[in-house]
Amino acid sequence: MAKTIEVPALARVEGEGGLYIAVKDGEAREIRVDIYEPPRFFEGFLQGRFLQDVPDITARICGICPVAYQMSSVRALENALDITVSDQVRLMRNLLYCAEFIESHVLHIFMLQAPDLTGHESVITLAQDAPEVVTDALRSKKIGNTLLRVIGGRSVHPVNACVGGWYRWPDAEELNAMLPDLEWGLEHAIESVRWAATLPYPDFEVDYEFVATHNDSEYGILDGGILSSKYGSIEEKDFEKYFPETHVSHSNAVHSHDQDGNPYFVGPLARYNLNFEQLGKTAQKIAKEIKAVPPLNNPYKSLIARTIEVVEVYDRAIRLIKEYKPKGPSALKLELKAGEGAAASEAPRGLLYHRYQVDKDGFIQKAQIMPPTAQNLARMEADLWQLSPMVLKMEHEEATLTCEHLLRAYDPCISCATHFLTLTMEELD
Amino acid sequence: MTASRKPTVAVYKFSSCDGCQLGLLNLEDELLDLVGLVEIAFFLEARRQVQPGPYDIGLVEGSVSTEEEVERIKKIREECGLLITIGTCATAGGVQALRNFGNLEQLTDIVYQHPEYIHALPHSTAVAEHVDVDLEIWGCPVNKYQVAEAIAALLQKRKPRLPEYSVCLECKLQGNTCILVANGTPCLGPITRAGCGAICPNMNRGCYGCFGPCPSAEIEAFAPVLKSLERYPGEAVHLLRTISGNAPAFRQAAEIILDKEA
Repeated sequence: MAKTIEVPALARVEGEGGLYIAVKDGEAREIRVDIYEPPRFFEGFLQGRFLQDVPDITARICGICPVAYQMSSVRALENALDITVSDQVRLMRNLLYCAEFIESHVLHIFMLQAPDLTGHESVITLAQDAPEVVTDALRSKKIGNTLLRVIGGRSVHPVNACVGGWYRWPDAEELNAMLPDLEWGLEHAIESVRWAATLPYPDFEVDYEFVATHNDSEYGILDGGILSSKYGSIEEKDFEKYFPETHVSHSNAVHSHDQDGNPYFVGPLARYNLNFEQLGKTAQKIAKEIKAVPPLNNPYKSLIARTIEVVEVYDRAIRLIKEYKPKGPSALKLELKAGEGAAASEAPRGLLYHRYQVDKDGFIQKAQIMPPTAQNLARMEADLWQLSPMVLKMEHEEATLTCEHLLRAYDPCISCATHFLTLTMEELD
Repeated sequence: MTASRKPTVAVYKFSSCDGCQLGLLNLEDELLDLVGLVEIAFFLEARRQVQPGPYDIGLVEGSVSTEEEVERIKKIREECGLLITIGTCATAGGVQALRNFGNLEQLTDIVYQHPEYIHALPHSTAVAEHVDVDLEIWGCPVNKYQVAEAIAALLQKRKPRLPEYSVCLECKLQGNTCILVANGTPCLGPITRAGCGAICPNMNRGCYGCFGPCPSAEIEAFAPVLKSLERYPGEAVHLLRTISGNAPAFRQAAEIILDKEA
């Protein structure tokens, strides 16, 4: 039976944190997901900044999903100013988001979670056993990063997005030149779904409350509104009424619960279950081929949802590039006024919500940011409670790996959550 | 480093966004070659297996912003032959050093419902303020090829080729019309270290100084120019205090401007 398990820090996640399981008489008595990533006070030092600085600063909350931070920021601020960007500006934002999903998902699928499912400690040893799997994954990840660079100037913390649109229209010729790579990426993504369907997932299902961005006209990533499996359709401005956050003592992150005090799930599994109908034909076809139609309630199978989402974003990226016809100014001229605006968009690891108050001169009065991993923390702890009877029967190493794998399957971004893993299991006296 | 074994590399994280470590994983074409040349002995974001130190090369991402980090960086200095900072957080305190210009108590009250749970130092600082550093690589994020160049140079026992000139040179080489001179756009290019490829002027916007000050920055001459180009009150100081605000030269430039206003 497992007891007193200690791992210095959870590996293959973005950022650092710990896990604590206290055991008494063979039962878990206390379970905590700890975050010891230092606080960075973003919401504090955004106060007093000019609104156009916000997307550059919030990008720095996360090096893995800076696009999500930029997109939630600019959309919330545009909502505060009551402005709507042009179709071509929105199209290019959608494309930038596709690029981030490719880069982040392929990194997580092959380099962070796949080692757990193939019996490897890392992608380095996976590469020794299956070099073609890793070289193809690296090629796909590079395509995502190249697309980010073409649109935004660089892949980490791109510099082209602004409130109102783009500093400069991305070059249509450069984007068109990427189409052969994107066609290869789409084929690789479809093969990845078939590969993901063959992997051995732990047998574990949870009746989740899912929350995700929802858009009637496409698989929701950039905008639309919010859909909850419990509350139904929610407007962006009402998000905090349904999902307030609380600060837990053992963590530098803020935990979220729904208004009834229950944990909820954001991320690929939430999007996939709530928005399956909106997936494009190519993604739906491969999902049906491997029989992965909703409901999908196994958190470890988030990897399958991620592979199907990669198909969706490659397919979408190809279509968007063909539809891209930039004309007129790349950004709206901003008419400043006092106001408040909220927006939710989907970071690869889940719903990211921003709300800002601005004064009449465009300076931030208040900023509120709810990162996906902070929202998932309560859900991760609840999963560990449900998993604990199974884990406590396991040998030490297997128990540790099963807990680690669960949390990795969430693709936690601890830097984002600010605001995360040492696994400590302690036998209480 | 002996010829009989591969040099060991450790990658450490302090207060940061993970973007510079991601730069290593983003070396898609070079990653597998790199793994052939060095032993990745400690890199939590990439692998579960940890080899005990000491290590030949330590790469540090992130700034020092808690008591625990002050102690940890000292231990890391002892276990690494060469210590390299990767990115503007580790080299100058990073975006979270914006707290250095405010009041930590107020900031904590703004962000957290229970400020008493939070333990952080009032200042976010560079690694070099706490221990000796052998090489500093700037950038928010770092240019991943500069990190690869630094590791390659160390393996070849030569000095790494890292640019010390300003962003202006990179910008001119690309044939851009100067947005500061021609359009009056506030731009930190003249005082900022090259390395990004002048991506902001390429996008028709001003540089916001991610790569920190270049060694030859003419701070006293440039500060009043920047001030004269403001599009809203306080823009010049805000621009200096974005990503590299705690770097001494940028701090000095902001103080010159603030002193003149006082």
